[in-house]
Amino acid sequence: MDSTERYLVGVFDDDEEVLHAVTEVKNSGVKIEEVFTPFPIHGLDVAIGHPRTRIPIAAFLFGCLGLTCIFSLINYTMVFDWPMIIGGKDFFALPDWIPVSFEGTVLFTAFGMVGTFLVSNSLWPGKQPKTFDLRSTDDKFIMAVNMANNKKSEAEIESILKASGAIEVNVKQF
Amino acid sequence: MSHVVSPIRETLVSGGKSYHDVTNDICKQVEGEPTKEWKIAFGVSCIVFAYGAYCLGYTWWQGIGVWGLNKTVGWAWDITNFVWWVGIGHAGTLISAVLLLFRQKWRTSINRSAEAMTIFAVLCAASFILAHMGRPWLFHWALPLPNTFGSLWVNFNSPLVWDVFAISTYLSVSLVFWYLGLVPDLATIRDRAQTKAAKFWYGAFSLGWNGSAKTWARYEYVSLILAGISTPLVLSVHTIVSMDFATSVIPGWHTTIFPPYFVAGAIFSGFAMVQSLLLITRVVFKLEDYITIEHIEMMNIIITVTGSIVGIAYLTEFFIAWYSGVEYESYCFINRATGPYWWAYWMMMTCNVISPQLFWFKKIRQSILVSFILSVVVNVGMWFERFVIIVSSLHRDYLPSSWAMFTPTMYDIGDYIFSFGLFFTLFFLFAKFLPVINMFEVKSVMRGVSTNFPAKKKSSGDKSKETVH
Repeated sequence: MDSTERYLVGVFDDDEEVLHAVTEVKNSGVKIEEVFTPFPIHGLDVAIGHPRTRIPIAAFLFGCLGLTCIFSLINYTMVFDWPMIIGGKDFFALPDWIPVSFEGTVLFTAFGMVGTFLVSNSLWPGKQPKTFDLRSTDDKFIMAVNMANNKKSEAEIESILKASGAIEVNVKQF
Repeated sequence: MSHVVSPIRETLVSGGKSYHDVTNDICKQVEGEPTKEWKIAFGVSCIVFAYGAYCLGYTWWQGIGVWGLNKTVGWAWDITNFVWWVGIGHAGTLISAVLLLFRQKWRTSINRSAEAMTIFAVLCAASFILAHMGRPWLFHWALPLPNTFGSLWVNFNSPLVWDVFAISTYLSVSLVFWYLGLVPDLATIRDRAQTKAAKFWYGAFSLGWNGSAKTWARYEYVSLILAGISTPLVLSVHTIVSMDFATSVIPGWHTTIFPPYFVAGAIFSGFAMVQSLLLITRVVFKLEDYITIEHIEMMNIIITVTGSIVGIAYLTEFFIAWYSGVEYESYCFINRATGPYWWAYWMMMTCNVISPQLFWFKKIRQSILVSFILSVVVNVGMWFERFVIIVSSLHRDYLPSSWAMFTPTMYDIGDYIFSFGLFFTLFFLFAKFLPVINMFEVKSVMRGVSTNFPAKKKSSGDKSKETVH
């Protein structure tokens, strides 16, 4: 594979326009690599054709893991390892264990989910992002088209991007 | 689309801002030299912090005998301050999580600083928990760690252990929620950075964020789920704090009304604190277009609602003390209102129940000066509420020969001053080095709510593609 990747970068200046443009550009037979926006636009990932995220499943599983871990710990310490009679109650005092079990579940869910999020998007401290246009974190909406994945010529794609509302089209190589 | 807004709504961002204006306005104070006002304010808070640190250091060194506690009043300012700060902390999570679930768009310009306030307030609360342990270096004994004395564990049936788990989970989850919200904005600052240091630090902390559609889609799910789990979490925290009292057998504490009553009080005082801070921040950083009168009014409405809930709780407690027929309970409440601590009780009643009722008048709700004064008054009242609950329930116990009064020493006061120093030092550092307003969330709600955008929306509908900026 070629060591340099060549991209055509369409710059849009409106969030609703870029959402319409994604559908238009796709319908003209251009494969969009990714769209970079300063804030979330609902439905953009669906329009590009990204699969639905499975983060909620990860969150649920981490919650289950947290509940299991913390409940096992309480059960082990209070019933098996060092049982104490407290107010004449059963060693297995389920209602009293609800608060700590709940907190443990929340803790595991939050950290597990956020960890999964960082790993799945490969975000880590000090990572250098692949920046197509510095303004994509300010006020511009950036559509990146990977030339390697498209058969159409650059001139053709550029005119499609322009027709769908791009205010500039630039070339970016990595 | 998602941004359907009724035409009768006030605009959330005034001044006809574009997206780029938002970036400029918020990044300005991060990128520029610190202003003279900031330096003075930061200097003062550092001095307060240093004095407080001396007092707290002395408390740690000598032990809590330097406080004014006696054998009858074993909890006083320490736990009062702890509950007060934790309660204040609740507003940040309420604003960022509960208002997110309810799709309240006005939260976007205040959630960042409210969440920061949450974290700093919980740290202040933690300082009292550590200090009141007496030997803070042994705080890990409260955690379920196997220890050198055999296989002795913490008692998971005890509300004090629940509290350890609740507060530490709350602090760490709030920190994650806040930091995750900061990442896209740190990336904005990184991409504008001119100096090497700014490029390095904001680059490191923005984790290589690039704002791709895929990342945002996942990000929105993560925020939603974090909000979903933070909502019961924040309610559980103050519920558990109230159970520290409610599961005991002290008259005045042993009541089932405590959890909802404490949670309402926490929201009440927290919103008041957010109000105080925002009214200062918006002037100092010239953010009047982002934190508008509409925001201030919304906050005041929540303060009135929660203040009224707290008022009803006070009256219910009194009614139940009489209706239960328990003479100790009745005496405790009569003693609160007419005993030697009557002034604290009536201070609490005036500040918390009567003063927020002024907000029924729209003129008062929209007055910045009155809002500021009342927000401070509410927090004074909420401090007295905790003092009344703790000290007035303890100081006259079952045995009249051991009745006593509580007098704070300079170290009680100094440790309280420490928490203010810590809080404001951290808050000023936050306000200088991090964006005080969540830029990406404000941008995402601007269409249809900013005065700039209705015209623009029309023009993008027709094919002429004129840009109206």
